[in-house]
Amino acid sequence: MKAKHNNSVILFTLVISLILTIMPLPIGVDAFRPNWALLVVAYWSIALPNRVNVLFAWMIGFIIDVLLGSVLGINAFATALVVYVSANNYQKIRNFSLWQQSFIIGLLVALYHLIIFWLQRFIFDVDFSISYLKPVLTSAIIWPVVFLLLRKIRRQFKVH
Amino acid sequence: MKPIFIDGYSSHRRMLVALLLSGVFIYCDHKLASFEVARGYLQSLVSPLQYIASTPKQIMDYASDNLVSRKQLMLDNQRLQMNELMLYEKLLELDILKQENDRLRKLLASPLRNPLKKMVAEILAVDSDPYSHQIVINRGINDGIYEGQPVIDETGVVGQILHVGANNSRVLLITDITHAIPLRVHRNGVRLIASGTGSFNQMEVNHIAHSTDIRVGDLLVTSGLGGKFPEGYPVAMVSYISENPNKEFARIRVQPIVEMNRLRYLLLLWPHQTPLVESQYDKPLPSNQQTRQVADES
Repeated sequence: MKAKHNNSVILFTLVISLILTIMPLPIGVDAFRPNWALLVVAYWSIALPNRVNVLFAWMIGFIIDVLLGSVLGINAFATALVVYVSANNYQKIRNFSLWQQSFIIGLLVALYHLIIFWLQRFIFDVDFSISYLKPVLTSAIIWPVVFLLLRKIRRQFKVH
Repeated sequence: MKPIFIDGYSSHRRMLVALLLSGVFIYCDHKLASFEVARGYLQSLVSPLQYIASTPKQIMDYASDNLVSRKQLMLDNQRLQMNELMLYEKLLELDILKQENDRLRKLLASPLRNPLKKMVAEILAVDSDPYSHQIVINRGINDGIYEGQPVIDETGVVGQILHVGANNSRVLLITDITHAIPLRVHRNGVRLIASGTGSFNQMEVNHIAHSTDIRVGDLLVTSGLGGKFPEGYPVAMVSYISENPNKEFARIRVQPIVEMNRLRYLLLLWPHQTPLVESQYDKPLPSNQQTRQVADES
């Protein structure tokens, strides 16, 4: 039998990550919430760059925009840009060790938050606060877990 | 077949498309008001995700409501009974005052205050954009919610409806940086506008002269001038006034009365729900027979 596509597995992990993105957390912990959806999209773009492309990432970002109630297009653009970088360098990123990948992902998440901040500043004139970058830390820390889990899922369900 | 090298050209082109799409959407969503309809549909589309995401919290709440000791329940019961007694006594007093007030207003030919239509809503425990202050509630177009509708809780004004979906809608809090609300000082009726700062416990009042009679601790209530919020609901307390005479205006900080990060149940108001009854009183005394007829018909 030829390799199955198993698109539903990718979609399922993304839906779970979107739910985690809006799941309520206690107020103090809230600011440290990792960008689950971004991590999952980034993983699939590195693992299957021909399947999860920039426009797919843009659509996921668009859904995040609707879920979070921000101006439509802001998260979409930032997600697309992050996946643009990761999908263009997937061969390099794959060869890094896990903690090096964490570092790269941290940089990408920082890029994501800075782009969102710049766009928000352009529209609403918000002020920068270092707390906007708190998720960068947790996202980088949680990346090995996400990576290993998604790799297990990918091998288990033979998603190619 | 799996290609070894990704076609770089198409990736760049896709990024370009993404950039253009984002630009169009940001422009439309920010500048064009007609985009609200599309926003409403999108809001309804994602509502299943929001309901799923808020389920664990609801289960936890349900569990903690069920797992209370008998002693705690008895204490609560006693406290609530005492409360009810006090409130009932106040209600009697209020009834008499209301009758008296209505009679006086009739004597002055000023409009009677009609009871507003209200509806209770619960917050869907989902998270929002960190750059704006919004909450999601479990009522939508099916319950008659409309955009711009005032939202309050038992202590004061919370905000107004921003986007309406079929079964859920977004509330913009008064502390959001894009929100401003017309107020008056409860003590002397000085009118002012308070705008949000993006902080949950602080709003600011701009363009107030130094000589204006405002003190720290003054209660600010809605003035009803914007036409959105009904008059007289408490909003904020003055917390700080700068005395720097070099500045053109006084810098005034106010603190919202509602604790924005501890909301659970809200009240939705319909301030214009009974306009037919009110319009008779809104008109000045009719001078001839014709206007009287028009007033009766309307």
